[in-house]
Amino acid sequence: MRDVSIIGIGQTDVGERWERSLRDLAVDAVVAAMKDSHAERVDALYVGNMLSGELTAQEHLGTLIADWSGLGGAEAYKVEAADASGAAAVRLAYLGVASGIHDFVIACGVEKTTDADAETTNAAWSYGTDAEYEGNQGITMPSMAGLLMRRYMHEFSVAHEDLAPFAVIAHANGANNPHAMFRSPISAAVYAKAGMVADPVGMFDAAPLCDGAAAVLLCPTEVANRFASRPVRIRASAAASDRLAIHSRNDPLFLRAAHLSAERAYMQAGVAPHELDLFELHDAFSILAALSLEACGFAGRGKAAELAKQGVFDLQGKTPICTMGGLKARGHPIAASGVYQIVEVVQQLRGEAGANQIEAHLGMAQSLGGTGATAITHILEA
Amino acid sequence: MNVARYWRTEKTRYGLVGETCRICGEPIFPPRDLCPHCTEAGQDVRTFGGKGEVYSFSTVNDAPAGYSEYTPYTVALIKLQEGPLLTAQLTDVDEPDVHIGMPVEMVTRKLKEEGENGMIVYGYKFRPVIQA
Repeated sequence: MRDVSIIGIGQTDVGERWERSLRDLAVDAVVAAMKDSHAERVDALYVGNMLSGELTAQEHLGTLIADWSGLGGAEAYKVEAADASGAAAVRLAYLGVASGIHDFVIACGVEKTTDADAETTNAAWSYGTDAEYEGNQGITMPSMAGLLMRRYMHEFSVAHEDLAPFAVIAHANGANNPHAMFRSPISAAVYAKAGMVADPVGMFDAAPLCDGAAAVLLCPTEVANRFASRPVRIRASAAASDRLAIHSRNDPLFLRAAHLSAERAYMQAGVAPHELDLFELHDAFSILAALSLEACGFAGRGKAAELAKQGVFDLQGKTPICTMGGLKARGHPIAASGVYQIVEVVQQLRGEAGANQIEAHLGMAQSLGGTGATAITHILEA
Repeated sequence: MNVARYWRTEKTRYGLVGETCRICGEPIFPPRDLCPHCTEAGQDVRTFGGKGEVYSFSTVNDAPAGYSEYTPYTVALIKLQEGPLLTAQLTDVDEPDVHIGMPVEMVTRKLKEEGENGMIVYGYKFRPVIQA
């Protein structure tokens, strides 16, 4: 196995990108990642995407993006793991380079959700659940999160407003990210007054579906300095799965895949959670932020919200989360989010995070598929 | 037109038919070829009684395609008396009256209509236990 580094990053503005198509967004990100490095060839392109077939009537996406990015001839596929599709593409790129089969691989995450009406998009996003035993009951992703959140509040005596810090942190940090969809801070009072999306999931508990694409270019660490002035090493790449349906899990409030993939990543990198300088977590819903922190060893069971209130996860805290806005404020272009997380950790490690810059040497990103049935974790080092 | 697709799960949806694992003895719902507890193959068919309690619940305001005419509706995790959890809509009750631990029972209701020429899909929902 070879050591692998990131030598190029690219990201588009996140939001309702009416003027750019699925392929335009992906090409923008891929070209930006290429320009960010001095690499002159790409051996493979993995495109993380969940909904191109359902919403845009476009499959065979890997080859389309390779073609339109000027990478004709490269190996190219689409990778699907629900919301974690982009992170899965990064992991495949890592495996390709680490194995010695490829030298230069791009992982791109892209989603175009605004080309379909809301009902169609809601339905398609819910296809990441068990279609026969969850989806057929008319369940949606926000209501799945609602099931977890209600039970969490019940078991751990947590009030709705106790979860406000996760939304407040994300929006505070998103305000300084020029690529973010939402760029205004919110207060706990605004959080509390917002309407319900899927009770008890309020408007500020749910990340917005939107359009966006991000990409990273990987190569062997031993040559990375020739192609980038500040390459970032991938110290760990690990994935795990859990039972797909929430009702089949022994303990629905313990994200087993998140726990397993984080433990595998800690083992691979030889680090403990307290040594990490930042954690880009999967806050598609506030409850998932809390459960991720608990599964990955940053908080005891039922304690994440309390620590958040104490400032532990603020930009100035012990382990900053969502440093560029997270899924909540940067936006959640479903499959692309996992690659945005990696790009944002690289920005922090290179010292390119602008007003949100923290002192960072080691950073972690974890992407979840659905309500955590897939979890993919990467640890990066400056 | 997905007739076979719905026909295959008919017994499970209409009759709450699941399994008991012949190897480890655990109740299994929904049924699957390999036991989720011990991963062995070999189950006996078992019909669940349809009684249970609300484990958690949430409201769908923005429905997926095919369910919009029913909004708002309440979805829940139900803990069956025999042990397994399942996902189902609640019916015959308004959300403010639902609470965790509420006793519920299974009924058969329409889940969705797939357009004018499509299937009308029925299946289990749960309602508060009617006190005698």
